[in-house]
Amino acid sequence: MKKTLWFILASGVILQGLQAQGEGSGGNASDTGPVSGNFQVLWQSYSEDERIGAIVPPEKTGYNAYGNLRYNQGGFSAGFRYESYLNAVLGFPGRFKGSGIGYRFARYASPSQNVDVTIGNFYEQFGSGIVLRSYEERALGIDNALDGVRIILRPLEGLQIKTVYGKQRFDFDDGLINGNGIVRGIDGNLDLNALLAEKGGQDWKTKVNLGANFVSKFQAGGTIASDTLVLTLPENVGAWSYRFDLMRKGWSAGAEYAAKINDPSADNGYTYRRGEALMAHLGYTKRGLGISLHAKTVDNMSFRSDRDVLLFDSPINYIPAITQQHTYNLAATLYPYATVIAGESSLSAEIFYNIKKGSALGGKYGTNVSVNFAAANGLDTTQLSGVEGIVDGYERSSWGFGPTKFVRDFNVQISRKVSKNFKWKYTFYNLEFNTLTTPVTTTFKGMVYADIHVLETQWKTAKRESLRTEFQLLLTDQDKRDWGTVLAEYTWSPHWFASVLDQYNYSNPNADDRVHYLYAAVGRIEGPHRLSIGYGKRREGIFCIGGVCRAVPASNGFEVNFSSSF
Amino acid sequence: MNNMSRLVGLVALITFWCTMPHPVFAQNPSRATNQLPEMELKDMEGSMVPISSLYESGTPTLICFWATWCSPCKRELNNYAELYEDWQDETGVQIVAVSIDDSRSVHRVAPYVNSVMWDYTVLLDPNKDFARAMQVVNVPHTFLVNGEGQVIWQHNNYSDGDEEEVYEQLLNLTP
Repeated sequence: MKKTLWFILASGVILQGLQAQGEGSGGNASDTGPVSGNFQVLWQSYSEDERIGAIVPPEKTGYNAYGNLRYNQGGFSAGFRYESYLNAVLGFPGRFKGSGIGYRFARYASPSQNVDVTIGNFYEQFGSGIVLRSYEERALGIDNALDGVRIILRPLEGLQIKTVYGKQRFDFDDGLINGNGIVRGIDGNLDLNALLAEKGGQDWKTKVNLGANFVSKFQAGGTIASDTLVLTLPENVGAWSYRFDLMRKGWSAGAEYAAKINDPSADNGYTYRRGEALMAHLGYTKRGLGISLHAKTVDNMSFRSDRDVLLFDSPINYIPAITQQHTYNLAATLYPYATVIAGESSLSAEIFYNIKKGSALGGKYGTNVSVNFAAANGLDTTQLSGVEGIVDGYERSSWGFGPTKFVRDFNVQISRKVSKNFKWKYTFYNLEFNTLTTPVTTTFKGMVYADIHVLETQWKTAKRESLRTEFQLLLTDQDKRDWGTVLAEYTWSPHWFASVLDQYNYSNPNADDRVHYLYAAVGRIEGPHRLSIGYGKRREGIFCIGGVCRAVPASNGFEVNFSSSF
Repeated sequence: MNNMSRLVGLVALITFWCTMPHPVFAQNPSRATNQLPEMELKDMEGSMVPISSLYESGTPTLICFWATWCSPCKRELNNYAELYEDWQDETGVQIVAVSIDDSRSVHRVAPYVNSVMWDYTVLLDPNKDFARAMQVVNVPHTFLVNGEGQVIWQHNNYSDGDEEEVYEQLLNLTP
């Protein structure tokens, strides 16, 4: 209670301080001068609840806070992020401790943008990120920012060359802690239309982008013993990729091929097999219609700056999942799919279509329909034996599907506006999910077959007020069996909102586990400032963003969330 | 203190905190704050678009950060789409929808945008470089920018009816 009071008062003091700064500078375009920033505070209290498995840590509360400040002047910018974990909210890496600077940088970009130099921390992505992506997903506690130097050059119109050299953020203990591995890389991207602008390239109907990159990591080596063999660990491991993207009228097509030399690691059981990945996409779109096809095979492409770590630690690259990222609670958090890091073959197809307004099916306002299908299997491989088996593990016979099914995800969504004040959206999912290969639950090992129905309604009750509801039903004979969810959210635009959510595992085989997870929240929004307070039970589950998922423990208590930017 | 009395106490505090005067919240539309950063982003055709080109016509620009997996973001931009023609006639505003979809979903952006028939400029920010420079904590986050590239007003989150507030801010900015 005291902590909450302090938090609320401190937030008020900070904001009053910002106001004083604004008034002091005369309220013109230099309101906050060349300084911008944001704050975010997450506070949770915990109560014990044996039925849902919620525990109370010794400190009884969790507290994460972040403050970014950035100074911009012409081409120069510099900034830092102050972070505080006192102690980290459950579900975040528990080893994040204390308060201090977690990110700092200085950057100069010439007015023409031909030279762009950053020292300190930076985020970067080469191509799709299959070889290098440093990024922050704060809600998941993921931050693999590079700490070193980045130089971006544009020597010719249409040609961009990026070089990076640094260590990766690994931990936080009263400040940033980098891992030991060194990452260095170079990426080139060629916009052929811009390069050949003098020959009319910008007027070509076909747009062509080409790219290639090479990334190497260094980590002190040694030897490992495996059976009767003593194997030397490679200290320098290189990975690279080539990519192209073509666009012509409504068509788009592209592919990226990536490879990696031998990289024995905890992810691959310290085998010496090469890594490879191939991703391709084809799309067509015109007004009212969009079609998208993808194929992806990833084989042993886990790439970390520390060969001995797992899960979310020190990834250099990013391997996106093939499935759609779902937004409704039951579909998004009970059986979310993430790429199986050892390897998988996958494909997806998606169609978006608008049924014209005024037609019999489209109704007065038109109707939007989308259909999505994604499938992933294990690789088509043969296990090797003897010394070859110890060293390389297996060999892959093709880029196609192997026999082990990982996931099938089919979903259809129909959304329709019925009147000026009422609209609805219905979504159906059919899911086959292998919990042996993607262990998102501890209570069942095998294939889960589930149907999910979601009906969302939105009713505008007054000029600035609306009621949104969600009715969700997950039906399965496996795992914890059927779930139902009801959500009601009322908003008074532009400032207030209140919501109530109830999840109920009504047919759990164990009657004691048929629990209502009731959670209520209220909040206020003022421009870029948002404060919300919630209370209730949150179930143990998987929280995902961008294909990366983290297990979140069950909890019961208050949650206060404040964010502000200026 | 039991949980219920804690809840009542906190609700009372939050009500007090939110209703006490916060001049910083009352964003005076005549007061500009930050200048848009100088950067380039790719559009859906793969061409690089300088941020400065978004406001060079001198008319207001509404920059909306969104993602294909973000339901309130899509509600916001779909609702604006119904009003866009009128807003343009009255205020000359241009809407720029900046997608933060990463490589998992960035290829869904163009099919989705065309299927719902948005007439916006759509830019791609797959590693959130622009979002970071604009201090975006979460999406949706909307910025109103004047003809000189200065952020005049911003709003985090979206609820149905927020378009009324946006419209008022646009009118305030229009001579």
